[in-house]
Amino acid sequence: MKLTTTLLASTAMTLASSVAFADGHMANEMTIVSWGGAYSASQQAAYHDPYAANTGVTIVNDESSAEAVAKLRAMNEAGNVTWDVVDVVASDAIRLCDEGLALEIDVDTQLADGDDGSKASDDFGDLLVSDCFIPQIVYSTTAGYRTDLVGDTAPTTICAFFDTDMYPGKRSLEKRPINNMEWALLCDGVAKDDVYDVLETEEGQAQAFAKLDTIKDDVVWWSAGADTPQLLADGEVVMGTTYNGRLFSLIEEQKQPVAMLWDAQVFDLDGWIIPAGLSPEREARALDYIMFATDTQRLADQAKYISYGPARASSAPLVGKHATLGIDMAQHMPTDPANATNTFLYNYEWWADYRDDLDAKFQAWLAQ
Amino acid sequence: MTDTLDSGPVLAADGRPLKASLNRALRRQKMRSMMLIAPLLIFIMFTFVIPIGQMLFRSVENQIVSDVLPTTTQMLHDWDASTGERPSEDVFAALTKDMMVAVEKKEHTRLGSRLNYETTGISSLFRKTGRRVDDMGEVYTEQFTALDPTWENPVFWADLVALPDAAAALPQTLAAYASFSDTIISEDGDDPREEQPWNTVYLSLYQDLSAASAADLSALPAEVGVAQAAVGGFETQNLGDAFTKIDKDWSSVEVWETIHTYSPDFTNGYFLNSIDRQKTADGSEWRGEQQQIYLTLFVRTLIMSMTITISCILLGYPVAWLLANLPMRTANLLMILVLLPFWTSLLVRTSAWKVLLQQQGVINDIVVWLGLVADDNRLALINNATGTIIAMTHILLPFMILPLYSVMKTVPPTYVRAAKSLGATNWTAFWRVYFPQSVPGIGAGSILVFILSIGYYITPEIVGGTKGVFISNRIAYHISSSLNWGLAAALGSILLAVVMLLYWAYDRIVGIDNVKLGG
Repeated sequence: MKLTTTLLASTAMTLASSVAFADGHMANEMTIVSWGGAYSASQQAAYHDPYAANTGVTIVNDESSAEAVAKLRAMNEAGNVTWDVVDVVASDAIRLCDEGLALEIDVDTQLADGDDGSKASDDFGDLLVSDCFIPQIVYSTTAGYRTDLVGDTAPTTICAFFDTDMYPGKRSLEKRPINNMEWALLCDGVAKDDVYDVLETEEGQAQAFAKLDTIKDDVVWWSAGADTPQLLADGEVVMGTTYNGRLFSLIEEQKQPVAMLWDAQVFDLDGWIIPAGLSPEREARALDYIMFATDTQRLADQAKYISYGPARASSAPLVGKHATLGIDMAQHMPTDPANATNTFLYNYEWWADYRDDLDAKFQAWLAQ
Repeated sequence: MTDTLDSGPVLAADGRPLKASLNRALRRQKMRSMMLIAPLLIFIMFTFVIPIGQMLFRSVENQIVSDVLPTTTQMLHDWDASTGERPSEDVFAALTKDMMVAVEKKEHTRLGSRLNYETTGISSLFRKTGRRVDDMGEVYTEQFTALDPTWENPVFWADLVALPDAAAALPQTLAAYASFSDTIISEDGDDPREEQPWNTVYLSLYQDLSAASAADLSALPAEVGVAQAAVGGFETQNLGDAFTKIDKDWSSVEVWETIHTYSPDFTNGYFLNSIDRQKTADGSEWRGEQQQIYLTLFVRTLIMSMTITISCILLGYPVAWLLANLPMRTANLLMILVLLPFWTSLLVRTSAWKVLLQQQGVINDIVVWLGLVADDNRLALINNATGTIIAMTHILLPFMILPLYSVMKTVPPTYVRAAKSLGATNWTAFWRVYFPQSVPGIGAGSILVFILSIGYYITPEIVGGTKGVFISNRIAYHISSSLNWGLAAALGSILLAVVMLLYWAYDRIVGIDNVKLGG
């Protein structure tokens, strides 16, 4: 008897709640996918906790961003998308948008205006690299070196990587063509503006590989962002590239004898996408979260926990001190004028075309 | 004997022939055993055989091209790439119509990334074209509506295409209108009676009217007749040039050849790619030398897996022998040490090797301290093939020791003693008496280790550097990063086929009956 009542009651509640959803209500649980580690922690503190406090939504964290593209495609094919908001790098967002796996966003109506009154599309500006992508942070792939292992003259340019006479020892570079090919050409005398034009030709690619050949035996190739900090800390390499936030925590939090080499840092973007194919109430919830989490104040808040630059121009003046270390964060941002004297602009569109081809060539070159 | 000859078939107690009765009993028994294994069988079908089959099927599947560009691929049949000319205007007209639908359905970028695997640049070509394709043919729309504003009226259009005589007189227009109305209904939920048709419909109308000198238009509204009289004086648009203006690649024979080559629903292109060849219009050819990678990786995977298997035999055999021959107490302790790695995460074990093997690592520090190598000439034990072999041998060692142990356990110690008492030396007793009896264990361990190592990818990724990675690392890359699942499936199928071939060869040479996991 009691069981029957419970069953009846719960059925009635389910029916009632589905009716409520149909009225345009929002789901009250959402799954947010991100990278894990310190980065997820910064999002938890800056976005998830205040959002949950405001709305009473339960947020489930999933640390699958590294496999997000493949998993979203599999979910889409199975017709059962279980994620509501996904944190991906810009190139993955472009891929997801191309595949029809991400929702297209109308920036000016679906994102908050800037605190300074600017429209969202102006506030994000050029960082809106895809119709589906909502930028969150600017990070850079940049270099660090061991201050005690580079001799008397500390390196000042990225070309120190190619100067094994001056700086003997191993260096770590990422095991993919992106960034390395560009740096090789830059250090082989190609002008910054011509890099992609040169790289488009067979001769240009050969030139880049030839330059990389000169240090091939001295390179430790990394595939995870944590590799270079570990290699630097153990003294395995004298210099290496990785994401600027990793180097920040190596230098400021772990106090290792390492210094930043901001020269020719390559800006990249990380941000949100909303998967295509969500039910209306989940989509409404996801959009509501995005509206909140990417406003001017929230983006500035995240910079308290991690040294990545907020993607909105209007957030920059609001960046304050690190939440636990108490140091000024502005000077550790890749976008800080002192750090950004020589930056390299990563061409998303170009790499979307050439990635498959150059990756095959790069892997073949590595295997030779 | 005479009995059976006389009375025909033997009968059972119930009078039926014994053979039939026996068969019936056996069948029931078989059914019962089938029922018993049915849950497992169904489970394996649904969780293993079907998903893997589906995944492998992707290696030949290629419907996307003809699904997204149905008329273009059909028209391309007549195009001859060897002329070096881009396809005719008709093909570009078909492309305009196909692209319009694809853009509305957001399928064009998907096709673009598919074809980009074959020819670099198609991804952005399709993305760029998709943004501007709705302007194509606008010149016709303007001229028709300038001629008579009725042509702007959605209701007029809906009624026109519904007329029974329209199909014969305006075939292309009808087809274009049908894809227009189907698409806006399914994609936006709009009513075709309220929306002005796309430019592609006007383009088709122009094509029909300018070609339809013979067609009978008398049954259609007067506007059509008027328009037909006027189209001769219409300003025309060269679609080929218009596309080329968006991106010069539309005049490139290479792009069209790729679309043409990948038009069929099934392709061997992925398999050709996975052996470093590429599909061409007439067969296939080797890829450029600087792009060849997969054959090297296949060969390397096989050689390194064999090396790992042999290292496991060399290291595992003495351990298994000790385990089998030591007193119970000591053997148990040793067994725990063998099993201990099983209880530790694979990533932890692999990362631990990093600490040990790196140039500033424990092993190098010790040999430098001992003075065996110079400080500035430390051994390169990691980020190369050596690192992969060392770490994987360690990780897979238990899979060799356990089968060896369980086989050695069954070898009676009396045989070796008997051999010795008959005058054999220690070596002869081992080699001629003990070793042959342990071979089935080596066989089982080798198969396990070899097959496991051929598909490993985490360990090679972490410690393998550039010269120590396997084909499985490329498969993982294509599954998770490049999304080229077709190529990943083809590489996986080849790997599966190679393993089965080796298994078959092993069965022929050693005999699978000689493999024992115990007893």
